[in-house]
Amino acid sequence: MSGRDPLVWRRAAAIRAKEWAQVWLDPSTFGLVVLMPLILMFLFGSAVTLDVRETRTGLVDLDHSEASVDLAASLASNAYFAIESGPSVAALEPALRAGQLRGIVVIPDGFERGLVAGQPLDVQLLTDGTQVNIATFLTAHLRGAMRDWTQARAREAGVVVQPVVRLLPRYTYNPELESRYMLVPGAIGIVMAMIGSLLTALIMAREYERGTMEGLLSTPIPIPALVLSKLLPYYVLGLASTAICVAVAVFGYGLPFRGSLLALFVIASAFLAAVLGQGLLISAATKNQFVSTQFALLSGFLPSLLLSGFLFEIDSMPTAIQWLTYIVPARYLIPPLQSVFLVGDVWSMFLPNILALLAIGGFFFLRVTRAITRRIA
Amino acid sequence: MAEAPLLRLEGVSKRFKGARRGAAPVDALRGVSLSLAPGRKLGLVGPDAGGKTTLMRIMAGLVEADAGAVELFGQPVSELDRNLVGYMPQSGALYAELTVRQNLELYARLRGVEPLEQPDRMEQLYRLTGLAAFTERPAGKLSGGMRQKLAMACAVVAAPRLMLLDEPSVGVDPVSRREIWQLALDLAGETSSIVWTTNIIEDAARCDELLLLHEGAVLYAGPPDGLAGHAAGQCFSRPLSDDGPRQALQALQLQAGVIGGRIAGPRLHALTRTSSPPSGPGWQAVAPSADDGFSVMLDRGEDLQPSQLAEAFPLRLDQADQPAIAAIGMTKRYGDFTAAQDISFTVHPGEIFGLLGPNGAGKSTTFRMLCGLARPSAGRGTVAGRDLSGGRAAAREAMGYMPQRFSLYGDLSVAANLRFVAGSYGLKGPAARAAIERVVAALDLGPHWQAMSGLLPLGVKQRLALGAAVMHTPPVLFLDEPTSGVDPLVRREFWHHINAIAARGTAVLVTTHFMDEAENCDRLLLINQSEAIATGTPRDLRRNALPGLAADTLEEAFFALIEAQRQVPAEVAA
Repeated sequence: MSGRDPLVWRRAAAIRAKEWAQVWLDPSTFGLVVLMPLILMFLFGSAVTLDVRETRTGLVDLDHSEASVDLAASLASNAYFAIESGPSVAALEPALRAGQLRGIVVIPDGFERGLVAGQPLDVQLLTDGTQVNIATFLTAHLRGAMRDWTQARAREAGVVVQPVVRLLPRYTYNPELESRYMLVPGAIGIVMAMIGSLLTALIMAREYERGTMEGLLSTPIPIPALVLSKLLPYYVLGLASTAICVAVAVFGYGLPFRGSLLALFVIASAFLAAVLGQGLLISAATKNQFVSTQFALLSGFLPSLLLSGFLFEIDSMPTAIQWLTYIVPARYLIPPLQSVFLVGDVWSMFLPNILALLAIGGFFFLRVTRAITRRIA
Repeated sequence: MAEAPLLRLEGVSKRFKGARRGAAPVDALRGVSLSLAPGRKLGLVGPDAGGKTTLMRIMAGLVEADAGAVELFGQPVSELDRNLVGYMPQSGALYAELTVRQNLELYARLRGVEPLEQPDRMEQLYRLTGLAAFTERPAGKLSGGMRQKLAMACAVVAAPRLMLLDEPSVGVDPVSRREIWQLALDLAGETSSIVWTTNIIEDAARCDELLLLHEGAVLYAGPPDGLAGHAAGQCFSRPLSDDGPRQALQALQLQAGVIGGRIAGPRLHALTRTSSPPSGPGWQAVAPSADDGFSVMLDRGEDLQPSQLAEAFPLRLDQADQPAIAAIGMTKRYGDFTAAQDISFTVHPGEIFGLLGPNGAGKSTTFRMLCGLARPSAGRGTVAGRDLSGGRAAAREAMGYMPQRFSLYGDLSVAANLRFVAGSYGLKGPAARAAIERVVAALDLGPHWQAMSGLLPLGVKQRLALGAAVMHTPPVLFLDEPTSGVDPLVRREFWHHINAIAARGTAVLVTTHFMDEAENCDRLLLINQSEAIATGTPRDLRRNALPGLAADTLEEAFFALIEAQRQVPAEVAA
C-alpha cells in the first residue's frame, strides 16, 4: 500500500469502539481494573509493613529484685515490645521455637547487686536466628531500651551522665518514619505494572487464538493504527486504575499529596506507555492467552516487586543486578511517585524518569508493529 | 480483445517448516498456476491439507509465496489494494460476544463503509443475509448457517471485486448451504469474482470453474463437466431392493476394482477403476458427476480392506430385540426456549440411526441428552439398558462418543491422547497397548504418532477422534457430525468403518448434514424447530413423507418436509 490511508481515522475508531464494546461485555475487565487495585492496595497498605511494633518477647526474671521488676515494667511499657513473662527459659523456649515469641530477655540472678556494686551486668537476649531481620531489630531496640532505662535510673539516683556526642536524627518528608509512606506509592507502581501488562497481554493473543486476527489483517487498516487503537482503551482503563489507587492512598491511608495532579498524570501516562507496550508485545509474540498471562505476571509483577527499589534498595544489589534494574519500568515510576506524594513536583528528577519510560514504551511499540506482520502463520 | 485476468497465479510454491523441531518441512503448494477472469466463480476443491487455505491466504496477501508470481488486478500481491478484496477466513473471524450489528459495523468501517452514510448498503446486507431480525443477537448465539452468512457479509461489505471465501459452507445443513451459495452469488453480482473453497463437491459443481488441489499440486483445472469426464465409462447404477440397501453398498465397496459407491435414492451407484461394471446383475452404465471425477483422480488404486476397527468389536446380535438406545418423550427447555420437544425413538443393536435437521433445530440437544451431557427437562432416555437419570456413569461406560468439535488435547501428541483415552476407559497394560495399536493401524495414524494433535489436518483429527471413541469397543456409538469438514475420501473411509462396526451388533446414532450419508442410515429422524417432524427408513421418507409427494432424492424430501412445517403452524398440543 502506498501513501497515506485517507480513512485511517475511521478504521481506527472502529477498532476502538469494538475494544470498548468487548471491555464492557467482559466482567473480568471490571475485576482487573477496579477490584484488583483495591485488594492489592489493601494488602500492601495494611498487611505489609516493615515497621516493628509490639514484638512478642518473653521475659525471665531470675533476680526478683526491685531493679529487675523496674526494668521489666519499663520494657513492658515500651511500644516495641509485647512482654510475656515466664518462670524460666525452658518454660518459654517452646514458644520461641514455635515462632510465638520472637526473643527471650533473661535478667540474671544478682542483677540488682551488680548494679549497686557497679559491676558489669549481662542481660541475656535469646533470639530466633532464622528470622534475621527481626532478631536484628529486636537487639537494637533492646539495646536502646536498656540505655534509656540505665540513664533514667542514674538520674533518679542523682548521678548526671553527660554523653559526649548526641545524634539527633530528623527524618525529612516522613517524620513519623512510617514505612507505609514509602510502601503505598510503591504499591501503586506494582498495581499499575501488573494491571498494565495483564490488560494488554490478553488482547492480541485473544485475536490470534480466535482467528479474528486473520479477519482484521485482511482489511485495509494500517498496522500501527491497529495497534494504537487497540491500546487506547486500555490506557484509559489503566489511568482509571491509577486514580483508584491514588484515591485509596490519600483518603484511605491518609498519605499527603504534595505534588500536582498534572505531574501524576504525566508520570502515570509515561509508565502506562511502557507497561502496556510490554504486555502488547508479549501478547503478539506468544499468540496464546495462557502463555501470555503467565509471561505478563512473570515479567511484569515480579521484577516490579523485586527490582524496582520498592522493597530492596537498588544500591545494595550486586552490580549485575543493578544493571538489570534499568530495564524494569517500575524503577522509573516509583521514585517520582513517592516524590509526588511526599515531597512535591521535582521536575528535574521526573523528566529523566519520564524520558526513560517513554523510550521503553517506544521500543516496545516498534517491536509490536514489527511482530505483527500481515502474515498468518 | 481478451479481458485481462482479475487474478493470475504462476508457479506458486510454499513450503512450511515442520511443526516440531527436526520434522520434515511440508510442501503446502507446488507450482500452482491459475487465472480467473472478472465475474467468474472458481471452486477450489481437494482433500484436507491439500493446500486450499494456504492458497487463499496467499491471494489475500496474508501468506507470502516462496516462489512464483501472484497478481491481482494486474498488480503484484505485495501492492495489493485491500479495498478490492473481501476475504472470509475459515474461522469466520467474528466476535462471538458482539452482536450481529456490532460485527457488521466493525468490518464495514474497517473496510471503508460508514454505516451512517451508507444505510442502503447495510440494509441490503441485512436483507440478503436474512439477519435483519437478529441484529442485536450476539454472533455466537446464531445458528451455524446464519453465522456463516454474517461472516460473508462482513468480508464483502465493501462490494469488493474479488471475494475469497474459505469454506463458507462447512458444517452447515443443506438448506443453509443452498442459501449461502445464493447469497454469495447475490453479493457478487455479475461483475465480482468469487474463489470458494469447499470439501463438498456438490457445492463446487455450482462454480464456473474448478481447481482440484491435492498435496499442494493442481490435479485438475477446468469446468465441472470436465472433471466429471475423468470418470467417463466408469459409473454404473442398479436398482436397490428394499431390504438392506446399506448392506448392498458395503458388499459393493469391498469388491475388487470398485473405487466407491453411494446410495442415490432407489438406486445404488458404483464407480469402478476399469470400464467393466461391478459383479452382480442389473448394472447399467450412467453419466458421471464431478464427484465421480474427483474420486477417480484421487484414487490410489487400493481396494478397501475389511475394517480392522470393527473386528475387535464383540458380536452383539443376540439381543437384537432389546433397544440399545431409547429416547422416551425427551424434552429440553432453556428458560422460555424449548430446544427439543417430546422426542421419542429407539435404536436397536446393529442399527444405524440418523438424526437430521437444519442447524439449531434441536438435533444436538437431543444428542447431548442421550449422551448424558444434558439433563432432560422432561422424559427420559436409556443407553444399553441403563437409565440416564440414574447411573449416568454406567451408561457412559457403555457408549463411545465422538463430539462435533475436536475435544481431545490439542497440545498433546496423538500417542499421549490415545494413552489417556485408553486409561480413562480403564484399559491397562497389554489390553491398552493392543487397543491403541489396533486403532492406529486401522485409521493409519502411525505417521502422526508423535505429532501434536491440535496441528493435525482436520481429516486426521477426525480419525483420531473416531479412534478414541471406539477404543473400548462399546455397544453403543454416538457420532455427532463425524464427517463435518472432512473430504470425500475420509468420509468414505469413515462410513466403511461405521458400517462394519454396526454389522457387529453395535447401535450407532449419528447426526449428519450430508444426504448421501443419511441414505446410508437404516432409519432417520428429521428434527426441525425442536420437534420430530418425520421418521422412518430413507425410502419411507422419500416416498411417504407427505401425502401426494414422492421425492426422487432424500434432499428433496428434506426440503419439502421442512417447508411444510414452516407453512403449517404447529398444532397446539392437547
